Amino acid sequence: MKRRDIVQKLGFSALFACMAANIVFLGGIVFFIAARGLGSINWAFLTQAPRDSMTAGGVAPVIAGTFYLTLGAIIFALPLGVASAIYLTEYSPRGWIVNLLRISINNLAGVPSVVFGLFGLTVFVKYMGFGVSILSGSLTLGILALPVIISASQEALTAVPQSIREASLALGATQWETIRRVVLPAALPGILTGVILSVGRVAGETAPILFTAAAFYVKGYPHSIFSEVMALPYHIYALMTEGTHPEEQTRIAYASSLLLLALVLSVSMLAIYIRARQRKTYNA
Amino acid sequence: MLNQDPGSKAAGGNFPPAPVKAPVGINMNSMGEADLFGTEPKISARGVNFYYGQKRALNGITIDFSPRRVTAIIGPSGCGKSTFIRLLNRMNELVPGSRLEGEILLDGLDILSPACDAAELRKRVGMVFQKPNPFPKTVFENIAYGLEVNGVTDKHLIEERVVDSLKKAALWDEIKDRLKDSALGLSGGQQQRLCIARCLAVSPEVILFDEPCASLDPISTAKIEELILTLKKEYTIVIVTHNMQQAARVSDNTAFFLMGDLIEVGRTDKIFKAPRDKRTEDYITGRFG
Amino acid sequence: MQRHFDDELQQLKNDILKMGAMAQEAIINSVDSLKNRDRTAAQKVIDSDVEMDRLELVIDEKCLDLIALHQPMARDLRFITTAIKLNAELERIGDLAVDVAQRALAIADKPLLKPLVDIPKLAGVAQRMTGEAIQAFINGDTELAKKVVLSDPEADTLKRGVEKELINDYMMRDGSTADRAVPLLLAARHLERVCDHAVSMAEDIIYMVSAVVVRHHPEELK
Repeated sequence: MKRRDIVQKLGFSALFACMAANIVFLGGIVFFIAARGLGSINWAFLTQAPRDSMTAGGVAPVIAGTFYLTLGAIIFALPLGVASAIYLTEYSPRGWIVNLLRISINNLAGVPSVVFGLFGLTVFVKYMGFGVSILSGSLTLGILALPVIISASQEALTAVPQSIREASLALGATQWETIRRVVLPAALPGILTGVILSVGRVAGETAPILFTAAAFYVKGYPHSIFSEVMALPYHIYALMTEGTHPEEQTRIAYASSLLLLALVLSVSMLAIYIRARQRKTYNA
Repeated sequence: MLNQDPGSKAAGGNFPPAPVKAPVGINMNSMGEADLFGTEPKISARGVNFYYGQKRALNGITIDFSPRRVTAIIGPSGCGKSTFIRLLNRMNELVPGSRLEGEILLDGLDILSPACDAAELRKRVGMVFQKPNPFPKTVFENIAYGLEVNGVTDKHLIEERVVDSLKKAALWDEIKDRLKDSALGLSGGQQQRLCIARCLAVSPEVILFDEPCASLDPISTAKIEELILTLKKEYTIVIVTHNMQQAARVSDNTAFFLMGDLIEVGRTDKIFKAPRDKRTEDYITGRFG
Repeated sequence: MQRHFDDELQQLKNDILKMGAMAQEAIINSVDSLKNRDRTAAQKVIDSDVEMDRLELVIDEKCLDLIALHQPMARDLRFITTAIKLNAELERIGDLAVDVAQRALAIADKPLLKPLVDIPKLAGVAQRMTGEAIQAFINGDTELAKKVVLSDPEADTLKRGVEKELINDYMMRDGSTADRAVPLLLAARHLERVCDHAVSMAEDIIYMVSAVVVRHHPEELK
């Protein structure tokens, strides 16, 4: 065997080792969480409220809280994000201002989530007087989701070939008709992918809701957008740091973690599926 | 505009059918120059300069396009031929930082004036692009789209127009059973004819072809060329092509562009048998460069 | 830009040049055989025509190949179509030289009616016009081609002179000279036809160079 062939073999082996390590980490996480949490998950756990100082019962209101927060965040962030993306890709004049905007949005995605939490506390909870509530939490999570939605939407819009925009304009359509009737439908799967990925992120965030929405324990289900709520990520955090029965609480925390993990993963799978279908449409 | 039937225009028009070939006994030497076949030009460019930023892409182009004739624009890559054809339906406006000087007249009216709406203009001056660019929609929707954005709501009328346009584009027989299928599933040549049908549906008066066969195989190319020869009975056609044989086959008049200048324009047979300018001759005989 | 195509066109040019040289040689040799009543020389002219016929086919094939494979345009197209026409004209000139040689055979055994003066002169004009046409083709020289076209009356005058002399001075006076006079009459006519072919070639060459049609349009010569 020639020297360069050996070098090549070594190179590929090293790359394979790195990839394998990745799988070990990911698999480890899923395995340990599942090993410790799976035993506690049953129908009652999914359908009942916490009981006995959170040492027994289920997490149904907690799931509901996460659902409301996420839904609220998306209702707020989706139109705003998609509209911003449309403006940035379709209408804005090319130039340094737009580039600056784009960079800012990307940087926003890198801001630590606890900073968003503090921002939400100052603006929504205190200044706007929404208090610690689903509304404040949703808005804060929405802002957190914005950069993801905007950049995913931008990417989806840019991926729509310029040629079909031209085709539409050349038929006498206005730019707005072109965007609404040709570009947006073509970009929709890509935008959806972005939205779903941001759902995954939003559903799993703890810090932004820490000061704005979450409570250690609330009796029953939330009844309005101004209610404090329990949410899965914060619930896990709370179970592990507060309370008086660490053993029982740890068991429930692992079960909740497994639930959260399953939730986020299935949402990601959905995104991957939609993206694959979108690719097929373009390449047909 | 949409209610205008190009067919009736042809029948009642002011343009008598002009002889394409010189009758026997006529001195061929006197038949040169840009030949308008004795009619007013459909489109007329007057001293058009075009700039991309600081870079000048077109230098004082003055050229007439005869009604219901095919004019081919040939020239090497980067000579400004595609740039020029895109001025004729103001597609150049999509390019930021470009600037246009001069006059472009459609039936004598300035299309560059602020009073002329670009969308309205593009209904009259349709365009077929280099790569087939059907919308990711069904065959039917692709053609109906142009009608819908132009305010046609009558379902029956739309259906009628879709069928008509497909027939005119010589595509009906091939895909009449696939109207509800995605247009992206058609072959490249079919997609391009679909794009032509889509363009015909809004009843344009002029059709601009920007290298329409660049990505097609010879058979599909031949079909498109046949189609162009049929369409010229009703429409004024301008075609940009880098394929000289194609220009020779389909066009009545040919214009040669070089580095942003219009070097020569004249009857196609003249240009290919005996061009007046040495640069034209060098280009079409392959001595170029 | 240097093109391989140019090499092929150059070869075609050389072939036409060769064809032209053979045609001119045939004219001179045929008239010499007539003048000298030389059977062998006349037969040689007749035999050598086979070679011209062969070359004609080769050139024809070559031209068709160039058109089919290169799709020539403009100057190239005019050059090749002109070559095709010249090829045919030259072959025809070769045939006329054969005709003259046959007239030479016809009178070879008889005493010459009179010393030949105008017929060799006419042959000289024919040979010169053919040569000049080929020269004009090679150099793309329209002036020379025009000169060829304008020399046609010279050939006509000579031919008419020969006809008048043979008919008035010999055949009208003594019918028995007819069998010796008629071949000479025909030879003059053949040579005049050669000049017509040279004129055709010259007209084609003017079109090739300047894309102006002078054939049937004498006013364009100005």
